[in-house]
Amino acid sequence: MPLLELKDLHVALEDGTEIVKGVDLAVNPGEIHALMGPNGSGKSSLAYALMGHPAYEITRGEALFDGQEIAEMGADERAQLGLFLAFQYPHAVPGVTVASFMRTALNAIRKARAGGEDDPVPVPEFRKDMLAAMEHLKIPRELAQRYLNDGFSGGEKKRVEILQMAMLKPRVAVLDETDSGLDIDALKIVATGVKELVGSETGALIITHYQRILNYVKPAFVHVFVDGRIVEEGGPELAHKLEAEGYEAFMPVAYAGARLTSGTGEGEGEA
Amino acid sequence: MAITETEVVGGIKTEYKYGFHDPEDYFFKSGRGLSHELVAAISEHKSEPDWMRKFRLKSLDYFLARPLPEWGGNVAEIDFDNIFYYIRPTENQAKSWEDLPPDIKNTWDRLGIPEAEKNYLAGVGAQYESEVVYHKLKKELEDQGVLFLDMDSGLREHEELVKEYFGTIIPQNDNKFAALNSAVWSGGSFIYVPPGVQIEMPLQAYFRINAENMGQFERTLIIVDEDAYVHYVEGCTAPVYSTDSLHSAVVEIIVKPGGRCRYTTIQNWSNNVYNLVTKRAVAYENATMEWVDANLGSKLTMKYPAIWLMGEGAHGEVLSIAFAGQDQHLDAGGKCVHVAPNTSSIITSKSISRGGGRASYRGLLEVAKGAEGSKSKVVCDALILDEDSRSDTYPYIRIDESNVDIGHEATVSKIGDEQLFYLMSRGLSEAEASAMVVSGFVEPITKELPLEYAVEMNRLIQLQMEGSVG
Repeated sequence: MPLLELKDLHVALEDGTEIVKGVDLAVNPGEIHALMGPNGSGKSSLAYALMGHPAYEITRGEALFDGQEIAEMGADERAQLGLFLAFQYPHAVPGVTVASFMRTALNAIRKARAGGEDDPVPVPEFRKDMLAAMEHLKIPRELAQRYLNDGFSGGEKKRVEILQMAMLKPRVAVLDETDSGLDIDALKIVATGVKELVGSETGALIITHYQRILNYVKPAFVHVFVDGRIVEEGGPELAHKLEAEGYEAFMPVAYAGARLTSGTGEGEGEA
Repeated sequence: MAITETEVVGGIKTEYKYGFHDPEDYFFKSGRGLSHELVAAISEHKSEPDWMRKFRLKSLDYFLARPLPEWGGNVAEIDFDNIFYYIRPTENQAKSWEDLPPDIKNTWDRLGIPEAEKNYLAGVGAQYESEVVYHKLKKELEDQGVLFLDMDSGLREHEELVKEYFGTIIPQNDNKFAALNSAVWSGGSFIYVPPGVQIEMPLQAYFRINAENMGQFERTLIIVDEDAYVHYVEGCTAPVYSTDSLHSAVVEIIVKPGGRCRYTTIQNWSNNVYNLVTKRAVAYENATMEWVDANLGSKLTMKYPAIWLMGEGAHGEVLSIAFAGQDQHLDAGGKCVHVAPNTSSIITSKSISRGGGRASYRGLLEVAKGAEGSKSKVVCDALILDEDSRSDTYPYIRIDESNVDIGHEATVSKIGDEQLFYLMSRGLSEAEASAMVVSGFVEPITKELPLEYAVEMNRLIQLQMEGSVG
């Protein structure tokens, strides 16, 4: 059974605007998928809807995690099942240190895994694991005592997203443009994080605008996503085709030119 | 002690953990209502000197003559005739927890006071209704000349010292509720720290209301002599009742040259308590006064701890938290008055409102003519958790000196859906996520608390949040 399976998935905003217009996708254990699309195609909306953002409603189709429908679940329940979203724009929580947040989140996940019984991680064990993970991801130690994402550089935020992923050990990680705005070193760290997470019982979905990250982590499956739909699927070679030809080749005529953006902009917003 | 029905009902409705009450078996309980006879009887009962009896009676005249304040919160509904002004639960003060009546001892155990005393306190005073029923100070501090007594014992045993300062920082006619306290005061703490004595561990007082329609009027006087230091911590809780109780304290503090006093409050009254408190300190040359004032419970709180900077180089800080939930109005803040040159002050206020609650910052910053070279910074931040709740800011600033450095910042923020979603996406429930945002918001203040109190504060915030979100 796939870990994550989307069947004819439609997503709309509160005002009824449909953003995702029927997506079929299955992530099996051990698989890394890449969902590639231009700005405004609805990639981030899909990611938010999967994680349970209240502003993105699943209006049709199915979203199954381990065979279980998650459309009606809160974001916390989805996280407790083992779904993780690395945010494109992680939010700051002033006054809460990375370490304190990390421990609270880990304990929430552990509690769910223990069937609702409190199962807090012993502090020495937590400290050891976190410091090891930070060192591995080349995150300076002092970051643990800083307030979560408060005044962090773009690169620091993304590394801390990967740190959270490494610590929480989800079964499916969705990375929403985690690669955008990163230098090569940071990109390698993100790629390392994904490769180390994905094993015989876990999978990942990398959402990206660029082919760049795929130089460091090889997805077995590439999906081209345009205007709320997957328009083409293939293996890693598809990413190279995109790199060479751009998204124009995959776009309906009406969109080409009108909707196309340069592909070099950073921090682009998604609808 | 059996769990009472009130506790069960209260617990369901409010998540308030301290809403239980003990059966009443009191040594003395006054009738309801206020009169000159009652005030004279309290003084008589306490065998007070004549000057104190006169002070009380005069204060009652002031109380009766003054109108109710029309600003702040709604105090018009307080039924002064329905309140018990004096209850003495036990005949004598205990030196050991074991000497208390079982119900009362049990209450203190449930509040964790004897345990805290063992672990991290230098002294404890435990007030139940009108009287301090337990009091103890570590022997080595006694030997250094530190006085830590309940106010009544302070008056009996150190009358001259009390007479010199009592009512000098907060005059008996300062405001209506200070006048009321001056008339019917009972209990509270009397502290004197001799020159140069630094008390490392905090002294703690705990105030517990038990009876319905109780009025608790403790009176505290703290004198920190030259180059001495004390950290005084107070906590307070009350049972949940359907009718109201009144808590109206007066706290006067004198910090002599080079001395430092930190006064920390963690207030957690049940939501049927009117909490109308006057707190004021004077700080002389190079002295430091710090109020750390965390207010979570009560129906209405009006409290603005004040610092008068009387000597050159004096420093004052007010750190205020007000967390108003459903049916609560917390009007809190601070006052700093710069009288001497080169004085400095910081007021930091964090107010939170949720569930239709109303939290206000009300503060005064005043720099008198001649207080040149003074610096002050006022920062007030408000966090509003939902659409039904309200936050107000009333910053009063009066500057009569030109050579000063004054800063004022205010922010209002709402807890964001995006922020909650981010935290929930890591497995935290909505209540946990909200509590985390609130804890972070007040962190600049909780980090000033001793660890045990910071933990308690965060736990209280979590309790406030539980049941508040669907």
